[in-house]
Amino acid sequence: MAKSIDVSDLNIYYGDFLAVEGVSMTIKARSVTAFIGPSGCGKSTMLRSLNRMHEVIPGARVEGKVMVDGQSLYGPDVDPVAVRRSIGMVFQRPNPFPTMSIYDNVLAGSRLNSRKLSKADADDIVERSLTHANLWNEVKDRLGKPGQGLSGGQQQRLCIARAIAVEPEVLLMDEPCSALDPISTSAIEDLIHELKSDYTIVIVTHNMQQAARVSDETGFFNLKAAGQPGHLVEFNATKKMFTNPDEPATEAYISGRFG
Amino acid sequence: MTATLNPPEAERSEKPASRRGDRIFAGLARGAGLTILLALAAVFIFLFVEGWNGLNAEEATYRPATDFLGYIGPLILSTILAAIIALIVAVPFAIGIALFISHYAPRRLATPVAYVIDLLAAVPSVVFGLWGGRYLADLLQPVHVWLHDRLGFLPFFGPDPASPNGRSLFTAGIVLAIMILPIITAISREVFAQTPRLHEEAALALGATRWEMIRYAVFPYARSGMVSGVMLGLGRALGETMAVAMVLAVTPVATLNVIGTASPATIASNIALNYKEATPSRQSLLIATGLVLFAVTFAINFFARWIVGRNERKQAKA
Ligand SMILES: Nc1ncnc2c1ncn2[C@@H]1O[C@H](COP(=O)(O)OP(=O)(O)OP(=O)(O)O)[C@@H](O)[C@H]1O
Ligand SMILES: [Mg+2]
Repeated sequence: MAKSIDVSDLNIYYGDFLAVEGVSMTIKARSVTAFIGPSGCGKSTMLRSLNRMHEVIPGARVEGKVMVDGQSLYGPDVDPVAVRRSIGMVFQRPNPFPTMSIYDNVLAGSRLNSRKLSKADADDIVERSLTHANLWNEVKDRLGKPGQGLSGGQQQRLCIARAIAVEPEVLLMDEPCSALDPISTSAIEDLIHELKSDYTIVIVTHNMQQAARVSDETGFFNLKAAGQPGHLVEFNATKKMFTNPDEPATEAYISGRFG
Repeated sequence: MTATLNPPEAERSEKPASRRGDRIFAGLARGAGLTILLALAAVFIFLFVEGWNGLNAEEATYRPATDFLGYIGPLILSTILAAIIALIVAVPFAIGIALFISHYAPRRLATPVAYVIDLLAAVPSVVFGLWGGRYLADLLQPVHVWLHDRLGFLPFFGPDPASPNGRSLFTAGIVLAIMILPIITAISREVFAQTPRLHEEAALALGATRWEMIRYAVFPYARSGMVSGVMLGLGRALGETMAVAMVLAVTPVATLNVIGTASPATIASNIALNYKEATPSRQSLLIATGLVLFAVTFAINFFARWIVGRNERKQAKA
C-alpha cells in the first residue's frame, strides 16, 4: 500500500520565519527519495511537513499543497493523528521511550493502532521488526531491559524497528545513520532496499555516497544566502544528479566545491 | 600564595586550577545540607525532651481518655482522614490543571491560569479558615446530606446523621485540598513542561493523540516529580493548623464518619486549640502529640518514596 506524494508550491514557516520556500516535487511510490543539502537549509523541516509533524511546534505552519495518493494531506477533514499512523518517522537523534523496555518500545505504535494484541502476535512483530533493523541478535536476550540502556547506534536501530513495526505506507528518515557504525549503516541501507518494494521511503542524509547508493531520486536543497529561506534547487533521478546534474550549484555541492 | 602559581609540572596536573572552585562549592553544598539535617535534628530533640513527660503522665492529663494512645488515637485518625480527603480531591485537579497549563492551553491562557493558581498559595491559612467555616461549610451542607443518603452504608458517611452545619472533617478536607492545590500544581507543571521534546515527538510521530502522548512520554518522565509535589502537599495537609481549627466542630470521640456533626481535631489543630490554656503537664502532652505528627509525616514520606523506588527498581530489573 505504498503511496506517492505530490508537493506543490510549499512554503513552511516557524512563526513569521519562512524556513522553506516554494518547494514542488513528486515522490514516487515504492521508491527511495533522498534529500541532500547543507546544514540549516530545511531538509528536516521539509521532511516533517510530510507527516504533519511540523505543526506540533507552536506557531509552525505550512502554505501550499501536499497530496498523498491524490488526497490533500492538509485538508480540513484530515486528522493529523491518522496521518502520522500511516506515515512513520525516524528522527535525527535516537529517541526510544526511556522508561519502556525494548520489547514495549517496538510495540508502542502497534499498541496505539490496535489495542488488543495476542502475545504470539506481539512476539512476532517484535522479532520481525528487530530483525529487520539488524538489532535482534544483540538484544534478543534482554528484551525486558529499558531501551535507554542501549548504545546510541542501537537506540537508533530500535527507533527504526519501532517505526517499521506498524508497517507504515511511507517511511520518513531524518539522517537515520548519523549515529551508526559502518556495519549497522550498511544493514540499514539493506533494510531500505528491502522496504522499498512495499513502502515509499524518504531519507535525509549528509552522506553523498549513501544518497547515491540507496536512492532512486534525489532532491538538493540550498540556501540562497544566510537568513534566506531554503529552497529546492534540483530534483532529479539520482543517477543523473550524481553524473550530470542540470544545475551547476548541485554539481558544486556534490563534488565538494560548495558555494 | 603566589609561589603556587607556577608549580612543577607534575603537581599542576594533580591539582588543576578548577579544583578550588569545586572545593568551595562542594563545601557550601555540604554545609547547607548539614544545616538542614541539624535543624531537623534540633526540632526532633526539642520535641522529644519537652514531650517525654507527656508520654506517661498522670491519668487525669489525658482526659477524657486515660492514657497516651487513647488520647492521640482519635487525633491521628482525623489527621489522616482529613489529609486523605484533601489528596483525593486535590491531586486529580492539580494534575489536570498542570497538564492544561503545560500541554493543552494556548500560551495566552496558560500564563494567567498558572499565575492565579500560584496566587492561591499566597492566601494565609487563617483566611481559608474563615472562608471555610463561614461560607464553604454552608455551601457544602447539602452535599453532606446527599453523601449520607446515597453512601450512608459506608462507615465514612454514616450511620450517624449528616452534619447540620457542614463544619465536618469533610469540609475541612476540602479546604485543605484548596490549600495544597497550588504546590502540587506548580511542581507538576514544572516537570511536565520539562519533558524532553524528543520523547514527545517520538510518541506523536507514531500517531499518538495528545493524551496518548502524555501517557507515553510525559507521565513516565514526570512521575518522581509528581510524587514530590504530592508529598509536599500531603505534608502541608497533615500539618495545617488554623484552617482546620476554624472549620471543624470538635469532639473527643473517635469516628470514621467524616460528615458527622463533629470529629476529633487533627493533631496540629488540637495543639493550636489547647496550647494557650494548658497546664504544664498538658503542654508536655501536646508537644508529645507534635512528636507523633512529626513521626507520622516522616513515615508516610518514606513509605511513598519506597513505593516509587520499588516500581522503578522493578522496571530496571525486568
Ligand atoms: N523549532 C524551530 N523553530 C524555529 N526555527 C527552526 C526550528 N527548527 C528549525 N528551524 C530553522 O529552520 C531552518 C531549517 O532547519 P532544519 O532543521 O530543517 O535544517 P536541516 O536542513 O535539517 O539541517 P541539518 O542538516 O543541520 O539537520 C533553519 O534556519 C533553522 O534555524
Ligand atoms: Mg536536520
